[in-house]
Amino acid sequence: MSTPATHNGFDEASLVARAKAGDANAFSELVRHYDRRVFRMAKQITQNDDDAEDVLQEAFLKAYTHLDDFQGNSKFYTWIVRIAVNEALMKLRKRRSDRSVPLDEPIDTGEDEVAREIAVWDENPEETYSREELAELLDEAIQSLKPAYRTVFILRDIEELSIEETAEALGLSISAVKSRLLRARLQLREKLTRQFKRKGDDAFAYL
Amino acid sequence: MTRLLTCKQFLRDLNDYLDQTLDPATLEELQRHVNECPNCWVVCNTTEKTLKVFKGFEPQAVPKDIQDRLMAAIEKKMQEEGPCCKKKHLAKE
Repeated sequence: MSTPATHNGFDEASLVARAKAGDANAFSELVRHYDRRVFRMAKQITQNDDDAEDVLQEAFLKAYTHLDDFQGNSKFYTWIVRIAVNEALMKLRKRRSDRSVPLDEPIDTGEDEVAREIAVWDENPEETYSREELAELLDEAIQSLKPAYRTVFILRDIEELSIEETAEALGLSISAVKSRLLRARLQLREKLTRQFKRKGDDAFAYL
Repeated sequence: MTRLLTCKQFLRDLNDYLDQTLDPATLEELQRHVNECPNCWVVCNTTEKTLKVFKGFEPQAVPKDIQDRLMAAIEKKMQEEGPCCKKKHLAKE
């Protein structure tokens, strides 16, 4: 994982301090370090390359304009993800305004979880598939989730925001985030199990 | 008196179990259930693997043309607004 903080000589805090002091190169370095994560998230949420590019640009331009407002209480990475997710949700809402469920509307409570596709996985599914095949499988699985579940999963489990940060970024209650996250995780588990289950195993083989 | 969890109760707390945010007593209850219930063990194990496979998948580089346009837009913004430290008044829209 290459997320925040300091690794491989990348020191987020000092780059932010330098950027705030007016060092344009420092800001560009932050952009180059996080652009791929922001772009992936934007693509996963908007499901559209053009929208994702807009989100990518808007997020970093806003971050530059408002850098002085960034207090450094959270990580820059968390901050930029929150800006980007707002931009992405705006795109999504604009596109879906006349027909779809808004993301903040109460949906399934997750009270009636049922686990299907109970089968152990192949030892190393990561080695059975090529990187491209795996990317496609993961992408399809994510895209098959309802937007309300998908967004929570992306922020919490892919971008690794905390439950609280995810709730704040999406304007949801903690309990809504938790129940959507459970739904998302179980649905993804089920979808991946169909691909990765050990040959010969089938649902309820362990009953 | 040992309380036995149902599979439904186990599933309800699966997130907290995986994220390790449970108090020791609840954790023990869940662990006892998962050790004795093969189905919940499989669900728990494969959910954990699901998270691992997603987390372990690094994003691909942003396509060159998109990155070029991004850097050009930022450069333009920098020229318009000046250095971050000198544009405080502009940021408060």
